[in-house]
Amino acid sequence: MTAPPARPALLQARALAFRRQDEPVFGPLDFSVGAGEIALVEGDNGSGKTTLLRILAGLLHVDEGELSWRGEPWQGDAHLGDILFLGHHLGLKGDLSPRENLAVAAGLYGRRDGLAPADALRQIGLAGYEDEPVRRLSAGQKKRAALVRLLLLPATLWLLDEPYANLDRSGIEMVNGLLAQHAARGGAALVTSHGAVSFLDGAPRRIRMHA
Amino acid sequence: MSRPPLAAACAAVLRRDLVLAWRRRGDIAMPVLYALIVATLFPFALGPEEALLQRIAGGVVLVTVLLAMLLALDAMFRGDIEDGSLEQLVLAPQPLALMLGMKILAHWITTALPLIVIAPLLAGMLHLPGAAMSVLLLALLLATPLLSLLGAILVALTAGTRRSGMLLALMLLPLCVPVVIFAAGAVSAAQQGLPWLAPVAWLGAALAMALVLAPLACAAALRIALDA
Repeated sequence: MTAPPARPALLQARALAFRRQDEPVFGPLDFSVGAGEIALVEGDNGSGKTTLLRILAGLLHVDEGELSWRGEPWQGDAHLGDILFLGHHLGLKGDLSPRENLAVAAGLYGRRDGLAPADALRQIGLAGYEDEPVRRLSAGQKKRAALVRLLLLPATLWLLDEPYANLDRSGIEMVNGLLAQHAARGGAALVTSHGAVSFLDGAPRRIRMHA
Repeated sequence: MSRPPLAAACAAVLRRDLVLAWRRRGDIAMPVLYALIVATLFPFALGPEEALLQRIAGGVVLVTVLLAMLLALDAMFRGDIEDGSLEQLVLAPQPLALMLGMKILAHWITTALPLIVIAPLLAGMLHLPGAAMSVLLLALLLATPLLSLLGAILVALTAGTRRSGMLLALMLLPLCVPVVIFAAGAVSAAQQGLPWLAPVAWLGAALAMALVLAPLACAAALRIALDA
């Protein structure tokens, strides 16, 4: 709630709550995420972390509370393309290679300047697997094939649902590196974690799903 | 933020679906083989009498193609929902209806077009006279995209349910009735040497309407399916 008046927070939620068939899933939640901020969404299994991210992505409609995007009330598809959502389902086609999957994503979302898709794939750790069908990759490599979108697509707010799942130690460090780089660039991110282990050291901001 | 060009996005979606279909080309062959077998069963069941087969040829080919299309319909959005590609498509800064239109086009190219290609073979097996053949192809060219579009709406509406295949057939077949009536009407009119343009024009009009409305309906239905 302490966004500087000159620049409203990217995303702000007031008394945000969600119920499924009259059963409260979470909330009410108050938080804001500004440019350059990485927020960790904490909560136990079933506490509504994924639901929250799906609401913020615009896949679920807001039940109660207010949500604003860059100081304006949340509406329509004004935020599309500015938000990159990475859910449990990675959105990869098993019969396509990481390179082809990335090309489809770039065709839909556009591309950040200055990085070639081949370099992005190398940077994410898929060198040598660019043309292998995704269904033949390991779970961690699939995750990387999805995470490579973070490098290439020009979104401001990243919504990452369990980005560390299936990744090895170097992969976890790489995700943290990507997040730090994104924050330094003025981007923001919400990252969920089930709380048992937090890989995001010294997360600047925490959103707790349970009071 | 600059949005990526619409043409590039359309091309990306169309290309992806065509490449995916090509990598699983066995699945493309399935409806074709099905249509071939069904059309062959008719002479076996009804006897090889040429006059009888000639009279039913147009209708048999139309119904066979329609049933074969039903086989592949159910898969139109299923894969995309299961692997999360649909979420990525919905959240992309592109008009969703147009992107879904591209998916429907890809689906039509991979399922209906092969059926149209073998339709003359099926019709020939049933002794359809050459004069009616071109009208049959024209009717198929108008009727199959119409069925793809109508089917896409129903697939989108049943997207949330598991194993929607039979439900889909039960919902789509009544909607097919006018399509079959006009398409078969055109073919039999041509066979009798009567003017056949009117039913074909009706098909064209229905197709024009479906082209505009069906993708919009699909987009709305899929958004609801994801919002659950």
